[in-house]
Parts: sequence; C-alpha cells; structure tokens
Amino acid sequence: MSTIPALDVVELRKTYATGVEALKGISLSVQPGDFFALLGPNGAGKSTLIGIVSSLVNATGGSVRVFGVDLHAEREAAMRLIGLVPQEMNFNLFEKPFEILVNYAGFYGIPRAEAMLRAEEELKRAQLWDKAHTMSRTLSGGMKRRLMIARAMMTRPPLLILDEPTAGVDIEIRRSMWRTLRDVNAAGTTVILTTHYLEEAESLCRNVAIINHGRIIENGPMKTLLAKLDVESFLLDIDGDLPIVLPALEGAKLLAADAHTLDLEMPRAMDLNRVFDVLGEAGIRVRSMRTKSNRLEELFVRLTGSDDRPGTAEKAA
Amino acid sequence: MSHAIANPNLIALYTVARREIVRILRIWAQTLVPPAITMTLYFLIFGSLIGSRIGNMGGFNYMDFIVPGLVMMSIIQNSYGNISSSFFGAKFGRHVEELLVSPMPNWVILGGYVAGAVLRGLMVGVIVLGIAMLFTHVRMPHPWIMLSTVLLGATIFSLAGFINAVYARKFDDVTIVPTFILTPLTYLGGVFYSIKLLPEWAQALTHANPIFYMVNAFRYGLLGMSDVPVGVAYALMIGFVVVLTAFALYLLKRGIGLRS
Repeated sequence: MSTIPALDVVELRKTYATGVEALKGISLSVQPGDFFALLGPNGAGKSTLIGIVSSLVNATGGSVRVFGVDLHAEREAAMRLIGLVPQEMNFNLFEKPFEILVNYAGFYGIPRAEAMLRAEEELKRAQLWDKAHTMSRTLSGGMKRRLMIARAMMTRPPLLILDEPTAGVDIEIRRSMWRTLRDVNAAGTTVILTTHYLEEAESLCRNVAIINHGRIIENGPMKTLLAKLDVESFLLDIDGDLPIVLPALEGAKLLAADAHTLDLEMPRAMDLNRVFDVLGEAGIRVRSMRTKSNRLEELFVRLTGSDDRPGTAEKAA
Repeated sequence: MSHAIANPNLIALYTVARREIVRILRIWAQTLVPPAITMTLYFLIFGSLIGSRIGNMGGFNYMDFIVPGLVMMSIIQNSYGNISSSFFGAKFGRHVEELLVSPMPNWVILGGYVAGAVLRGLMVGVIVLGIAMLFTHVRMPHPWIMLSTVLLGATIFSLAGFINAVYARKFDDVTIVPTFILTPLTYLGGVFYSIKLLPEWAQALTHANPIFYMVNAFRYGLLGMSDVPVGVAYALMIGFVVVLTAFALYLLKRGIGLRS
C-alpha cells in the first residue's frame, strides 16, 4: 500500500470575512485505506475543514494534499480523487435519481454510456433502483442521503468524505448505510466521516481526530484514545428495592439512579468482582448490567469540556 | 455521442449543456411558449393593426421593419433569462456544488451554461421568426450575418445573465436587471423605429446602447438595411463577448458569490 497519505493537511487556516477564525492552523494526516472519524462539537470547524478539502471554501493559509496532489496548485487533479457526501442536500430536487447520477459522472468526464451502467449499479446498491425515475423531491430523507452516497460513488473515488451522512435517518437505514460504508472501505476506499453519532464513529472508524475551537485537540487510533479513559460507567439493575444506605465502595462512586437501578463509576483497573462482593455483602443482588454511556462520547465530553455532545439528543432514534 | 468524445472536459461540457437543454424542454410551457404568444401579439397589434397606419420605415413596410428587432429582442431576453434563472436556481438549491466540487475547469462550467442559454435563444428565435413568416415576406439576403449576429447576441446576454446570477443573493436580484436595464435598452435600441426619426442628441445616445448594434446587424441580415455599419456592430459584439467572458471567468476563479 502507498505511503503517500490519502489526505495531508498542514497548518490549515480559515478566517471568514466576518472575522470568525474557524480554523487556527490544523494539521492532519489520513492514511490510504483508513476509516477516519472527524469529531467535534457544533461550530468546531469540521464543516469548514471539509469545505476547504472539497474546494467549496477558500483557505486563508496552509496546504491540502490529496494522495500527494496539491489542492491549490492542481485543483482539477485533486478533485478527481475525492467523492463528497455533504451534510445538506445538494442535488436538483426536480431531477430524477438516475439523471442526477449520470450527470454527476458526466461532470467528471465519464462517458454517458458508462455512466448509465454505473448509475444502475450504484442505485441498486443503495436500494434506490425502484426510485430511479421518480422525481427526487418525493424521496424520503433517508433515501435522499443514500442517493448522495450513491452519487459520490459514481466516480469510484479513492477518498470518500462524508459529512454527517446518517443524520436524521432511522436505525435500520443507518445500519444499512454502515454496511455500505464498511464494504466501500473494505474495497480500498479511504473514508473520512464526520458524524453526530459517536457510537457510529466508534463502531466504524479506526482513527479519529477531535477538533474544537478550530484546533485539533486529539488525533490518533480509536483504541489508543479510548484507552485514555480511565473511568468506566455502568448501570446495574437490582432485584427488589435498594437499601436506604448504599454500601461504601472505595475508589468508586455508587449512586442510586432510581429505586431499582445503581449508577456505578469505577476506575478501569478496578476489579469488577470486588464490586459484586461488596454489593452481595449488603444484600444487593444484581440482575443485569449495561454500560451507561458510549465510551467515545465520554472521552469527547472530557476533551472538549462541552456537553454539546454529538449523538445524545438523537440516541433514541 | 458519448462514444465519440474522449476528452473529459468535452464530456463535462456536453453534460452541463445537455442538462440545460433537458431543463428547457422539460419546462417548455415556461421557456418556449410565452415568447411565441408575446411575439404573435406584437405582430398582430404593432405590425398588422397599428403598423398598417404607420406606412414605411427605413424603406420597408412597418411590419417587415420590426421583425428583426422583435426576433432579436426575444433571443436576448430568453438567453439572459435562461441562464440567470437556471444558474441562480442552482445556487439557491445548492446543486451548483455538484459543479464546484467536480474537476471541471471554470471555462467548462461557463461554456456549458452559455451553450444552453444560446440554444434556448436560438430555439425561441426560430419560433418567433417562423411566426413572423406568417405575417411578412422577408427576403433574408444575408443568412450568415443573421446567424452569426444571433449567436453573438445570445452569447453576450447569456454571459451577462450568468454574471447577474453569480452576484444574485435572492430571486429578486435576477429580475431587477431585466426589468430596469434590459427592457429599456431593448425598447430604445431601435426595435420599433429607425434612429433617423430621433433628434441628433438621441441618435448619439442610442449609439451607446449595445442592443442597437445587434438589432441593426440582424436587420441587415434579414432585410439588407442597417442604421450602423455592420463591421462596427461585429467589432462591438466580439468586444463584448471577450470582456464579459473574461469577467465571468474571473468571478468563477475568485469564487465570488459561490465559494466562502
């Protein structure tokens, strides 16, 4: 595999005309074949970064290279390597999905006959073939998102960038999109993903960068980042009612979430058997247990110091 | 078609232009029918009813005299309106991003949109000229001058419409220029009269109106008469095409109104 990064961002800066400094010198490298998560609270600079990489936003300073091709000096060659799935719908609602895909391929110089074959293939993969000749404004939200992924795949891009691709879609469709993205990545496409669902990033991505206030505050393998969390949280479902006074558990925090549930926060190094021993001695029988929160979410909140955590509002979706 | 083209930029150019043509044909009731109805009314009222009382204009009966101006007026208005509404619509609906994130060079984006608008102008021109033939018997002594004038005129106003759409922030912005600039220039550009009827100062002022040259060059092609030398009209039209193309490409390169 090539050692040239799929995306190499160096000291990237962006100050908007309003004076807002969205990016304050970001450097980032994504290796070919990676599945990379770009996380950050709202307004952190993620969309500006993606905007610059997709050439919709002009950088104030710094450089972007896509598979070694300088975006500023060789924009056309660089853009040929990128597929973009934006956060907002950006296809013509008065065109049909088949037409949208074929035209999109045409913009990249793919002959129409070839584009028509690919459009059929991509629409089938996105489970939209039955809607191929339906006016796109009549598609559901989930279908529109899948259409944008299918459109981006029309050019077989070696680098696929997705900005919140699963926002607002139901769990079933989201999981089917995850399968699609895993397949795309397994076939060799480098995938960069921003998402509001942190469990999505944890489940899909191997590497992660967390961006806040226009700077990268963490960047590395997902496992390494998660290992930095020295605390784990669990919810314990109890048989019967909890005693009025809870047993003391040295080194850990034990609180009553409600009359039948305990909220446990303990160091990762702590032996879980000791917890059960203490609870058993106090006559508390644990019926079941579950992790309280997504680990990445916990890390995210700690690092950004923000409770504007992606995913919390729509977790039940 | 696609098998014959190997160059990616030519395929992209064809795709943008084709999409524009498909749009024009899809909404034909908005794009092709209104100019036919409007011009039929012009021919009936100004040409047939009122024109018969006016007598000759520039050595031709009034109906024949106004045909070139009305055809040119339709072409100008439709080329301008097509590109300004289509490109602004793409900005408004955000699907202009499909073009901006693609590897297409700016000249391909501009060329595709202009080609679509010029073709709409040509389609409307053919329709209006066809209607005119029902009312008149024009000779068309210089068909190549007619065709080249139509192409240059449509290109100029397509480029102007594109620039308008680049700057526009709301739909009102793409209607202000046609209403307050294009329509007065067209009506004062010698569509309905020979400038020889005007006082000298008004004749001099009319020479500053670009539409005046287009109408007269086209009139020369259709009737064999013009209020200005055709060579001067060509020089000005080519000059406009060059300047407006350069300006439109500059706007695209800077991303004005398109990129943050």
